[in-house]
Amino acid sequence: MAAVRTSSEVAFNRIAIAAVLIATLVFLAPIYWIASTAFKPKELAVSVPPTVLFEPEVTPFVRLFTKRVQMQKPVDPQAYDAAPWWEKRIYDGGERVLKVGKDVQLSQYPDRFMNSLIVAVISTVLAVGMGTFTAYGFSRFKIAGEADLLFFILSTRMLPPVVVAIPMFLMYRMVGLNDSHIGLIILYVAFNLSFSVWLMKGFMDEIPKEYEEAALVDGYTRMQAFFKIVLPEAATGIAATAVFCFITAWNEYAFALIMTNRRAQTAPPFIPSQIGSGLPDWTTIAAGTFLFLLPVAIFTFLLRNHLLRGVTFGAIRK
Amino acid sequence: MASVALTNLDPASRAAARGWSDLTIRNLFIIPTLIFLIVFNIFPLIYSLGYSFTNFAANRAEPWQFVGLQNYRELLSDDHIWSNFVITAKYVIVSVAGQMIVGFGLALLLNRSFPMKGLITTLLLLPMMMSAAVVGLFWQLLYSPSWGPINYVFGLGDFAWLSNPDSALYAVAITDIWMWSPFVMLLSLAGLSAVPQHLYEAAAIDRAGWWYTFTRITLPLVSPILLIALIFRTMEAFKTFDIAYTMTTQPTAELIAIRLYKQAFQQWDTGKSCALAYIVLIMVLAITNLYVKYLNKVKER
Repeated sequence: MAAVRTSSEVAFNRIAIAAVLIATLVFLAPIYWIASTAFKPKELAVSVPPTVLFEPEVTPFVRLFTKRVQMQKPVDPQAYDAAPWWEKRIYDGGERVLKVGKDVQLSQYPDRFMNSLIVAVISTVLAVGMGTFTAYGFSRFKIAGEADLLFFILSTRMLPPVVVAIPMFLMYRMVGLNDSHIGLIILYVAFNLSFSVWLMKGFMDEIPKEYEEAALVDGYTRMQAFFKIVLPEAATGIAATAVFCFITAWNEYAFALIMTNRRAQTAPPFIPSQIGSGLPDWTTIAAGTFLFLLPVAIFTFLLRNHLLRGVTFGAIRK
Repeated sequence: MASVALTNLDPASRAAARGWSDLTIRNLFIIPTLIFLIVFNIFPLIYSLGYSFTNFAANRAEPWQFVGLQNYRELLSDDHIWSNFVITAKYVIVSVAGQMIVGFGLALLLNRSFPMKGLITTLLLLPMMMSAAVVGLFWQLLYSPSWGPINYVFGLGDFAWLSNPDSALYAVAITDIWMWSPFVMLLSLAGLSAVPQHLYEAAAIDRAGWWYTFTRITLPLVSPILLIALIFRTMEAFKTFDIAYTMTTQPTAELIAIRLYKQAFQQWDTGKSCALAYIVLIMVLAITNLYVKYLNKVKER
């Protein structure tokens, strides 16, 4: 700074930083609330006044993963003593874990979570794979009507999901793709492909053309140059694009709600459907939400330097 | 000239003769993506355009009949649909205005150096990365009338945010502001950091006041990127489905996308919902066009 900072500027700076810290606490409060509810004893989740500090327990997660029924009479002390720690937590709540023979019956949550994982991973690999090739094509070759084609590609991303879902639902019903992993994967690839083309084109444009030209002069074919020179250079961009596509597919709700109901249902439509009627068990819902949000939170930190690029389709970069 | 590679290789050279030609590679790289998008995005839309002129109902076996423009005529003269559009407009204005103010305000505060700035910025960005449906779900807990922390903190007694017809839409908008202000903040920060420091120094030498500096230097230079944020959020807010759908069932918060969903998948009025989808689609494409135009403008700078 050329100018000497006056004392009022210093004071203003301090006030601004204090305001930032307060704003951060306000913004994080809802996330703290859902995360903490996932570790609360049942009665504290709906206490008045709301409980901020408490002794955390993992019982909500045990309830999240098991099928349970209310017990009519107190548990047999011998059975209680023989039970593993997590089953005791369920007995403590006046319920028992349902079993087939000796096997614990799992709730639907792990299935839905796995569906989310399968659909998000496979659709991400396909969208990023195709997107990388296409982005290279747009980045390196002259294409007639390039701007129009790129606009067309981006506009497919902007279509409201419910609008696309109506005809897709009818077509899937005809070919039997409703409530299937493949059906959802196709939709997510179509949705993420345009994003991946735009983002990867930004990354490709940053790789100097001279690298490949030097390789071509050295006797590489263009395909070899692409695989051996360009792809390694684009690795960071590919990883960032993949994480963005994964998060989008992981979070997607409208298509999943319309196209799946049981077999291929993913977590986003499943978790809210658990509220049901009457007094919901918020600790278990919060536990499911917490596990579902955790990967996204981790990825956000990994992506932090690419977020700006990602949300502007590669148009604005720092 | 369309097929010539940008690299200046002599077509007769050995390098150009090896392997596939650039033309082949270009087509191989681009055409599958275009075909995929046409088959899974454009073809369905043509398919539904056809149905929008019929009285087709997907849950009945009876054959459908061609009804011409009747669906469109009925929709455009339906007060219910108009009220959905009015609700959507209210929602877009409140939530996007809120996001612009909160997001830009946060960016102004963050636009200085202090310890752990990177960590704090990333933490502030968390809400926009989350699933809107799940965010809508857990805000129900926060808004809960009897034991929700929001009513407790603000001393609102048992005010029922989400089941009160007057407040439901605004409660959803508040959640949306929480979720998407970080987006505006992120773009604004990029805009602010691109303002040349020497302009501020020159203004300081001229003893320009804070307000003068802000309106004459900061705002004009950041406004292109703010405009991008504004158009993008407007488009997304217009399409809002998940967050409102999971949060409330109040008719006063029935956005146009929710109306469309109900008409298509609960009332199974397929033909008419295809027509409504087209009305929504045309509006979205108009905003998209505007968005891409400004995006390209900012990109060129």
